[in-house]
Amino acid sequence: MVAIDLLKETTASLSGNKIRSGLTILGIVIGIASVITMVAIGQGAQSSISERIQSIGSNLIIVSPGAQRTGGVSAGQGSSQTLTLGDADAIGNGVQDIAGVAPEDTHRYQVTAKGNNTNTQVIGTVPSYTDVRNVAVDSGNFITEYQRQTSAKVAVIGPSARDELFGPDADPVGQTIRIKNIDFQVIGMTVSKGGTGFNNADDAIYVPITTEQHYLSGDTYLTSVSVSARDSNIIPTVQQDITDLLLSRHGASDSASADFSIINQADIIATASSVTSTFTMLLASIAGISLLVGGIGIMNMMLTTVTERTHEIGLRKAVGIRKIHINLQFLMEAVMLTFFGGVTGIVLGWGTSLLVSHFASLTTQVSTSSILLAFGVSAAVGIVFGFYPARRAANLSPMEALRYE
Amino acid sequence: MIECTNISKTYVSGDVETHALRGVNFRIDKGEFVAIIGPSGSGKSTLMHILGALDVPTSGTYILDGQEVSKLDDDELSALRRERIGFVFQSFNLLPRTTVLRNVMLPLLYTDTTDREREERARRCLACAGMEENKFMNLSNQLSGGQMQRVAIARSLINNPAIILADEPTGNLDTKTSAVVMDTFRKLHRTGHTIVIITHEPEVAAYADRIITVRDGIIEKDVRNGHGTS
Repeated sequence: MVAIDLLKETTASLSGNKIRSGLTILGIVIGIASVITMVAIGQGAQSSISERIQSIGSNLIIVSPGAQRTGGVSAGQGSSQTLTLGDADAIGNGVQDIAGVAPEDTHRYQVTAKGNNTNTQVIGTVPSYTDVRNVAVDSGNFITEYQRQTSAKVAVIGPSARDELFGPDADPVGQTIRIKNIDFQVIGMTVSKGGTGFNNADDAIYVPITTEQHYLSGDTYLTSVSVSARDSNIIPTVQQDITDLLLSRHGASDSASADFSIINQADIIATASSVTSTFTMLLASIAGISLLVGGIGIMNMMLTTVTERTHEIGLRKAVGIRKIHINLQFLMEAVMLTFFGGVTGIVLGWGTSLLVSHFASLTTQVSTSSILLAFGVSAAVGIVFGFYPARRAANLSPMEALRYE
Repeated sequence: MIECTNISKTYVSGDVETHALRGVNFRIDKGEFVAIIGPSGSGKSTLMHILGALDVPTSGTYILDGQEVSKLDDDELSALRRERIGFVFQSFNLLPRTTVLRNVMLPLLYTDTTDREREERARRCLACAGMEENKFMNLSNQLSGGQMQRVAIARSLINNPAIILADEPTGNLDTKTSAVVMDTFRKLHRTGHTIVIITHEPEVAAYADRIITVRDGIIEKDVRNGHGTS
C-alpha cells in the first residue's frame, strides 16, 4: 500500500507542476548531454590519431640517413646518402628479434596515364613492405620477390593516385602508367589508409626497389629503412642493436657522430598522445563547466520551490501523514526527476555524438566513465537539493512549516 | 477529554520574546460545542494549534483522552492528528492543482485502506459537508471559498475523529456561506462530535454552547451560552 501510494503521489506531484518538473529535467539533460558529447569528441580524436599512427606499421623502427655536412654546414636530416641496401640486408641478418626489414628509396616524380598526370611519391621497396608498414592490397598483387630480382617495370598504385590518374572507381590493374617516360604495368592497388597531407600513404606508387634504383633515381642509396620488431617491449633493444650495427658498418665511433638517425613508433605515439590528451582535458573542462552550470540550474529549481514545498509538507503533516512517508515521497520525486533527466541526457548526448561523427566527420567515442560521471554529479545535486530542504521541512512542527515564508 | 494545565507558549524571534500564552487552564468534555473568542493577537490561534497537536507548548501539560500530548514523539503526534482530531484551517490549506476527492483522501495516504474504501469514505464526508457531487473531480484551485471550506471540513471528517477543531472557519467567507458552514458544524455536533471553533464574530460564537474568551494570553471568561441545550 505504501509503495503504491508513494508512486501515485510522486507522479501526481510531478505531473501536477509540469513547468517546474520540466525545467529541472532540462537542467539535468543539458548538463549530462554536454559532458557526454564533449568527452566523446575528445576521446574520439585521441583514438583516431593513435589509430592513424598504428596504421603506418607495427612496432616500427625507422632508420633515416643523417644530415650531410659540408664543413660546418648541415644540409638537414635525411639529405646525406649513407644508407644502402647492404645496410638493410645487414640489419635483416644481424639483428635479433625483428619481424621484417623494408628498405625504401622514395622520390617524387611526375606520373602520367591516359593523358592525366599527377606528381606523387614513387616508393621503391621490397615485398616485405606490406608486413612492415601495414599495407594491404585491395585488388591485384603487391611486388613479388621475382619482380624485385628482375627489376620488373611493375607498379602498385595507391587509391588517391588511382583517382588522379584513372578517376575514382576505375580498375587500374592491367593498365599502363608512365614514370619518367618509362612504362610501368599496374599490377595492384592498395587499400586506403585514409591519410591526408604531404606523406599520404594513399597518394603513392610502389615499384620494386631495384627498378627504382636502375631506371628512376639512378643511384644505390636508400631514403629510409623500416624495421618491425617482434614485440613492442623489445623496441628499445632492437633500436640499440641497429644503432650499434650501423655505427660499426659506417665506421663511426659513437652515436654523436652517427650519419643516420632512428625513430620508433612508440615515440611518435607518445608525442601525439600528449597533444590529444591536452585536447581531451580542454574539452573535459568545458564539459565540467556545463555540468556545474547544469547543477546550479537543478539546485535553483529545487531551492526556489522550497517555500511552496515547505507549506505543502506542513499541510501533509497537519493531516497526520508520518514524517518518514513525507521524506520518502520527496526523495522519490528527486530520484524520478534526476532519473528521467539523466536517461534523456544520456540518449541526447549519445545522439549528438553520433550526429557529430556523421555530419562533422569527427570520430567520437562515447565513454562509460563520462556517462557515469555526468549522471552521478547531476543525480547527486538533484537528490541532495531536492531532498535536503524537504527533510528539513518535515522535521518542523506542522505549524512552523505552514507559517514558513 | 481535553485538559489543559498551565499552558504557555513563547515565541522567540531574535532577542524579542513574545508571550502568546501565559498559563492557560481549562477542560473540555466529550460532546461539547465550544467557541474560543478573543481579539487578534490574544493567543487564541496559538491555543488552537496546541490543541490540534500542530504545535507544542513551551510549558504546561495538555492531556487528550488521558494521554499527555507533549510526551508523544513525531510519529505518535502524526497518528493523533490523523485519527483523533479533525482540523479545519481559516485558509483552508488544500493541496493546489489537486482534485477535491484526492484532497479529502489525503489523510488516508499510506494507511491500510483500499482505494475503493478511500473513495467511498471521501464521497460520504463530502456529502456530509454539503459539497455538490459534480464538483468532486474539480481541481481545488477552481473552487469558491465556501466550496474550499466544505472540502476542508470533509477532509477533517475522513477518519471520523472524536474532536473537530476549526480555526476561524468562517474568517474568509461571506455571511451566507458562513451560516451554511456553521450549520454543518452544528449538524456534526448533533452526531456526537466534540467541536471547538475559534472566531472573533459573536454571531458565529452564538452557535456554541460554551464560550471561552481569551485575552493577552490568558482566559478572561468562560461562560455557558444562553441558548443552552446543555
